Amino acid sequence: MSSPLALGPARPVPLSAVNPVAQLTAIVATTVVLLVSGDLVTPAVLLAAELALLPAAGLVRPGDVLRRTWPLLVSALGVAWVNVAFGSLSGAEAWVSGATWALRVVALSLPGILLVASTDPVRLADALTLHWRVSTRFAYGALAALRLVPLLAAEWESIRLARRARGVDAGANPAAHARLLASISFALLVGAIRRGTRLATAMDARGFDSGIARTNARGSVLRPLDTWFTAGAVAVCVLAVGLSVLTGSWHPVLAG
Amino acid sequence: MAAQAVRTSDPAHGTSRWRTVDIIVTAVLGVAFGVLFWLWSLVYTAASPAFLGFPPSQAVMYGVWLLAAVVTPLIIRKPGAALFAELIGATVEALLGSHFGTLVILYGLLQGAGAELGFALFRYKRFGWLQAVLAAALAGLAAAVLDFVNYYPDWTAGWKTAYLVLVVGSTVLIAGLGGMALTRALRASGALSSFAAGRTRV
Amino acid sequence: MTGPAALRLAGWGFRHATRKAWAVRDVDLAVAPGERVLLTGASGSGKSTLLRAVAGLLEPEAGDPTGELAVDGAAPDRRRQRVGMVFQDPDSQLVMIRAGDDVAFGLENTGTPPALIWPAVDAAMDAVGFELGRDRATAALSGGQKQRLVLAGALAPRPGLLLLDEPTAQLDPDGAAQVRTAVLRAVADRSATLLVVDHDVEAWLPLVDRVVELLPGGGAVEHEPGWRPAAPRLPERRPHSPGEQLLAAEAAGYTHRGSSTPALLPTDVALHAGRTLAVTGPNGTGKSTLALLLAGLRAPTTGRVVAGPALTTGLRHPDRPPSRWRAGELVLRIGTVFQQPEHQFLTGRVRDELSLGALRAGAGGTAAPQRAEELMDRLGLAELAEANPFTLSGGQQRRLSVATALATAPRVLVLDEPTFGQDRETWAELVQLLADQQDGERALCLVTHDAAVVTALADDVLVLGLPVVA
Repeated sequence: MSSPLALGPARPVPLSAVNPVAQLTAIVATTVVLLVSGDLVTPAVLLAAELALLPAAGLVRPGDVLRRTWPLLVSALGVAWVNVAFGSLSGAEAWVSGATWALRVVALSLPGILLVASTDPVRLADALTLHWRVSTRFAYGALAALRLVPLLAAEWESIRLARRARGVDAGANPAAHARLLASISFALLVGAIRRGTRLATAMDARGFDSGIARTNARGSVLRPLDTWFTAGAVAVCVLAVGLSVLTGSWHPVLAG
Repeated sequence: MAAQAVRTSDPAHGTSRWRTVDIIVTAVLGVAFGVLFWLWSLVYTAASPAFLGFPPSQAVMYGVWLLAAVVTPLIIRKPGAALFAELIGATVEALLGSHFGTLVILYGLLQGAGAELGFALFRYKRFGWLQAVLAAALAGLAAAVLDFVNYYPDWTAGWKTAYLVLVVGSTVLIAGLGGMALTRALRASGALSSFAAGRTRV
Repeated sequence: MTGPAALRLAGWGFRHATRKAWAVRDVDLAVAPGERVLLTGASGSGKSTLLRAVAGLLEPEAGDPTGELAVDGAAPDRRRQRVGMVFQDPDSQLVMIRAGDDVAFGLENTGTPPALIWPAVDAAMDAVGFELGRDRATAALSGGQKQRLVLAGALAPRPGLLLLDEPTAQLDPDGAAQVRTAVLRAVADRSATLLVVDHDVEAWLPLVDRVVELLPGGGAVEHEPGWRPAAPRLPERRPHSPGEQLLAAEAAGYTHRGSSTPALLPTDVALHAGRTLAVTGPNGTGKSTLALLLAGLRAPTTGRVVAGPALTTGLRHPDRPPSRWRAGELVLRIGTVFQQPEHQFLTGRVRDELSLGALRAGAGGTAAPQRAEELMDRLGLAELAEANPFTLSGGQQRRLSVATALATAPRVLVLDEPTFGQDRETWAELVQLLADQQDGERALCLVTHDAAVVTALADDVLVLGLPVVA
C-alpha cells in the first residue's frame, strides 16, 4: 500500500523541475478535455503523450510502472468489460465503446500518478500556498496528517497481531474476516484520531494557529519551463481534439 | 514579528472557525476513508460478476464511498467538513490508483457538496440521525447523477431509475445510519473529547 | 521580548469541562528567569494540565481556571510566542518529512523572514547535537533522534520558557540519555527558563535547580535541595526451581521480507514453568521480535519455536509450532501483553473484555461473568467495570491488558515492555501484580529495557547477543 502512495523525499527526476502548479494546470486541462470527449481518438492521443512522460517521472522499469498502476489497470479492464457485456451496444461497436471507456479512465488517472511520482508533497504544498493562495493552515495541516499514514500502516499489523493474541483470527470464514477487518479498522481509526489530536496540540504549541501570516522557508519559483510545460499540455489537448474531428470520430459527451 | 498572538478561540470569530485540531482530524479521517474507498473500489470490481443478472443492483455496495462525507461533519461539526474530507479522501483514492482516476476528485467534490447541503439546511446546528440520513441521501443523489453522465449513458430509463433508488438507499443505510453509528462508537471510546457535544461532567 | 522568562502561579487551579473534580488546585509557584525546575507528582495530580495552561494551550471551553497564572507578567495566551514545548510522543509532534523543514516550521508560523530562518535552524540543530543534516527523512530516525529534533524545533524561535512534558517517557534508556544531554546543552547558558515534568526523578535531579511536587489533593510542595525520592518497594520474591520446559526457541531468527539485515539473529532460549525470563538488550537487537516469535504470533524465518508437552496437550495438531495454532488454541496456552494496550481491546466495556477471555477459556455463559468479577476485584478494576477501555488511564489500561491475558489462565505469559510509560505508583502496582503471577506453575517472559524490572522480577536474564545468566 505504501508503494503507490510513497511519501518521503522523492529522488529528483526530470519532471520534478516542473513546478507542481504547472503540472496541476496541465492535469486540469486534460481532465476537462477527457470528460467532454466520448470518442476513441482523443484519449488515445492524450494517453500516448502521458506514456511518453513516464521516463521523465522516473518510471522506466516495467516493474516500477506496474507497482504504481496495477489497481488502475485492473479496474480499467473491469470497466471495459462491464460496458461491453452490459451496454446497449453490441458486436464491434460494443468493443470500441469498451475500449473508449478503458482508455479514458487510464488517461484520466495517469497524470495524477505522474505528479505523485515526481513531486515531493512538501513542494506541492509550497506551490499551492504561494502561487494559488491556498490556505496555509489547510495545506500544511493536510500535509502533517499525511505524514501519519505510514505509521498507521504499521499499527494495522500490530493491532492484527494483538487480536490474534486475544484469540481472534479469521479462518476461511469470510464473515469472520469481515468482522475482524471492521474491528481492526475501528481500533485504527480511534488511534488515528487520538494521534491527530495530539499532533494538532503540538502544532498549536508551535504557533500554527496564531493568526500571523506564515512565511515559507523553502519558497517556490515559476520558471519559463513551467510555462512551456503548460503550453505543451494545452497543445496536446488541441491536437487530440483536432485529430478526433479530422478523423470524424469526435463525439462530445454532454455533461448533465 | 507581531507582539501578540491571536487567541485560538476568539469569541468574535464564532464557532464556525476551523481550529487546528479540526483541520488535522478531518485530514486524518479523509486519508483513512480514502484508503477504505480504494480498497472498496477493488472489492466492487471483483464483485461485479455476482451482479450479472441485473447490473444496476450492484448499487447496494455504493454507500461506503459516501462515509467520509457524512461521518466527518458529524464529528467536526463545522461547515465545509464534508467537502474537505471528501476532497482528501478522493485525492488519496486517486493517488492509490483507483479505477475512477482523477475523475474521482470531481465525484468527491460534488458528493461532499451534496452532504454539506444536508447539514446546511439545518444551519449546521443539529447533527443527529435526521441530518445524517438527509446528507447521505443528497450525496448519493449527486453520485448517481454523475454516474449516469460518465459511465452509464447507454442504460435504459428503467435501469437508471432502479440504480438511482438503490444508490440512495445504500447511501442512506451505510453512510447515513451506519455513519451515525460509527460516530457514536467513536464518541464512546473517548477519542472525540476535543469536539463539541457531550461535555457532561463525569 | 528576549531573554529568559519568569513564571508565576498564585492559588491557581483548573477544572476540565468534562470532570466534576478539580484537576489542579491551590498551586503557588514562582520561577525566576533562567531557573530550572522539575515538576513531579503522582498520576492525576495535574502536572500536564498545568504545563498546557502555561503554554496557553487550554481553550476557554476546555474548562474553568481559577487563580493567577502569569508568564512574564501577562496571561499565557498573550505570551505563547515566548514558550516552547516538547511532548512525549515524537511521532505526534513531527510535522514535516525532512528534518530541516520540521525545525523551520515554528519559525515559519511566527512570520520570520525566510533569510533568517535557515541560520536559526542550523543553530538549533547544533544546540541539541543533531548532526544528521537538514535533508534527513524524519521517518528514518530513532526515538532519541526524533525527540532531539523536536527539541530543536522548539528552541529555534529562541523561547524564553522551555516546557518539557515527560520528554523521555517513550524512549529507551539510550534515547532518554541523549535527550537529557541535549536539553542540558541547550539551556547551559540559562538563556531560557526550564520547567520539566517527568516521573524519572533520579535522572533529572542533576540537571535541575529545584524540585516541586504537586499533591493530588491540591497544592504544591517544594523539596529541599538534596532530596531524593523514596525507593520503590520491591515485592518479596521466592524464586522457584525450574519446572518442565514449556516453550523453547531453537536458533530462531527473523528477517523482514525484503530486508537484508535480520531483525533478530538466531537465538536459543527456553521458558520453564515457575521461572521468569527477562529479555533485555539495546534497541535494534530484536527483543520485541523474539517476544512475537515466542508468543506464536510470528513464524521465525530461520530456526524454530517448539512447545513442550504441557502446552501441546489438547491441540488438534500437536506437531505444529505455536505460530500455526488457531488463535482460539493459542490464547489458552500463551498470553501476550502488548506494549500498546489499546491494540488489544475488543469491546466497549471493561467487564465485557474480561468475560470474553473467560468465555474463550471454556467457562460457560453463567460462569464467565463470575470469573470476570473475580479478575476485576483481584486487579483493582472493579469501579471501572462499566467504563470504555479506551477511556482508561495508561496504568489502568495496562492492568486491564494483563487481566485479559490472565483471564484464559495460560501457562506462559509474554509481556512486551510492561512498564512502558508508567509512573512510580503504577509501576509498583504492576510489578507487584506480575510478582503475584509467579506461582511456580507459570512461565513469564518479560521483554524490557527497564533495569529495575529486571532486578525486581527476573530469575533468568537474556541479553540479546550474550548467553543466558541465572
